Amino acid sequence: MSTVLDVKNLSMHYETLAGNVSAVKDVSFSINSGESFGLVGESGCGKTSVAMTLLQLQPENSVITEGSIKLDGKELVGLSEYELRKVRWDSISIVFQGAMNAWNPVIKIGEQIREALREHYPNNSKEENIRKIQELFQMVGLDESTIDRYPHELSGGMKQRAVIALALSCDPKIIIADEPTTALDVVIQDQILNEIKKVQELLGLSLIYISHDIAVIAEMTDKLAVMYAGSIVEMGPTKEVFKSPKHSYTKALLDSTPSIRGEKKKLKSLDGEPPSLINIIKGCSFSPRCPSPTNSCKNQEIEMKLIKVGENHYADQCCSGCVNE
Amino acid sequence: MLTNVVPDVSMSKNLIEVRNLVKHFEVSNSFFSSKKNIVKAVDGISFNIKPGESLGLVGQSGCGKTTTARSLCLLDPKTSGNVNFFNPEKQTMESIDNIDDDSLKIFRRNIQMIFQDPYESLNPRWTIKDIIKEPLDIHNIGNLAEREDTIVEILRTVGLTPPENYLSRYPHEISGGQRQRVSIARTLVMKPKFVICDEPTSMLDVSIRISIMDLMLNLAKELEVSYLYITHDLAVARYMCDRIAVMFNGKIVEIAETEELLENPIHPYTKRLISSIPIPDPFNVREKYIVNFDEIDDIISKNPSEKMVDMGKGHFVATHDTKDFLFDT
Repeated sequence: MSTVLDVKNLSMHYETLAGNVSAVKDVSFSINSGESFGLVGESGCGKTSVAMTLLQLQPENSVITEGSIKLDGKELVGLSEYELRKVRWDSISIVFQGAMNAWNPVIKIGEQIREALREHYPNNSKEENIRKIQELFQMVGLDESTIDRYPHELSGGMKQRAVIALALSCDPKIIIADEPTTALDVVIQDQILNEIKKVQELLGLSLIYISHDIAVIAEMTDKLAVMYAGSIVEMGPTKEVFKSPKHSYTKALLDSTPSIRGEKKKLKSLDGEPPSLINIIKGCSFSPRCPSPTNSCKNQEIEMKLIKVGENHYADQCCSGCVNE
Repeated sequence: MLTNVVPDVSMSKNLIEVRNLVKHFEVSNSFFSSKKNIVKAVDGISFNIKPGESLGLVGQSGCGKTTTARSLCLLDPKTSGNVNFFNPEKQTMESIDNIDDDSLKIFRRNIQMIFQDPYESLNPRWTIKDIIKEPLDIHNIGNLAEREDTIVEILRTVGLTPPENYLSRYPHEISGGQRQRVSIARTLVMKPKFVICDEPTSMLDVSIRISIMDLMLNLAKELEVSYLYITHDLAVARYMCDRIAVMFNGKIVEIAETEELLENPIHPYTKRLISSIPIPDPFNVREKYIVNFDEIDDIISKNPSEKMVDMGKGHFVATHDTKDFLFDT
């Protein structure tokens, strides 16, 4: 399997009146073709910021301070807007959070997807584009007549399917799905997840799946990274991380997720709140909330750094130290 | 009309009894049309809740869960059906139809509601103290000094400590989890016997969600509160509830004790709902119950359930008069 996307030491902050908010801190990961990669963490931990930075769609007050994003060996950081327009959708496309509410209410669904196709394939005829959209709709389980419908005529699940069709419209290599099912109820969520999985396998796409729900991540991904306060604190194959979580935050997430299977266990809550990213955090960012901090955790000299704890399994050195002690 | 009658299996007292609750909405097709359509949001549901028990009401969005809750606590007038509640002062069951003013006040004090969105259910221009004090003022409980003490005490109970720090704050100054705690405090300050919770944790972050759920469970034990817990997530319902009622298109299709329902679901809709909950364990591949969903929907709508069948152990399932193999019970 070849590496499609390689992110190295990516750091990004937002410049605000109150100071710099470091939303992404020294994030590195790579994705192979056909692989699905999960990003999981609480709200405000920087998941969406990572996704936006990959496509360079972040707001204007953001600054990428260091790092590189390589797509098939091609560097994306520092590309001009003109060059980026060729990467977006052609190579990487994204299903935004709440995207189903972003359809223009006065333009037909088909017309809105055709707009993307016109931009990226200017030589295609209208008939070719419509045929393409019909194929896409079939793939995501929508009726062909949906092309001539307005967004208000569709249910939430149908709108979300159409968003996925839009993301697939230019045959990308990578799809980023940013909480694609948060506003939907469980049954529709199940259908959308199946659809995404089916399409991914059919087209051999790589998937970056962003969610706060660790149960969905468990089902959807081969590999996952747990984010906390802007940094990745644990990364590894999904099964491996669930079997032997090394970081206390990962453990806390697993312990706080209810399940309908297995023994009914007492769930543990995680006290406190994530730190404000405006302040510079010295040492382990999780130590104030850690259920079992040791003396070394409070040592502010220790830097956040992932170390190897198993095959392809990495965890922050502070917490992996605690586990060994 | 006799639908979905659940016989009372045990002899102990009920806190609330709902019989054939119906709520229909009239909607007009368009602004100019005089033709009216009827939406059967809640179509004849029955259940009992005992003191200290929590009943989960589970179903997809639009199945009538919230309408049930609103009709129960008289926020929306019901179309028909009976709701009886236990009046602790008279020590008898009383119907909420033709209720007199005194009883209505007792009813309102004993039945409270926690809403889904803590960002919209608190008045942004009131301080936390005002928000919690309002019900005390309305029901004229205690004198001013006693009210202050009660507020401080209830803030401590819901884990907002030290309470003095929160009294003069406004809702925008505290986090989502803290707001939901304020909602719970406002509810519990009346010492209600029955609290209706409409997805109280769905807007909260994972790590905060459990602490709110634990808080509610502990308070239920301490204060002997019963809950009607509305959610679409069976995993949450399993954690919170003693019994679960599954709702579909305005009707209860199955009701049983939590573990019994999850282990032996009988109604195809319940099976479908259970099989769509993701499991936080990559080694545990969930069985998919592959049935065309519209098909179930169709069969149920064409053959409305006439009665609930007792499967033993307090497990009741709606039957549909159909030859379809899916519905063999």
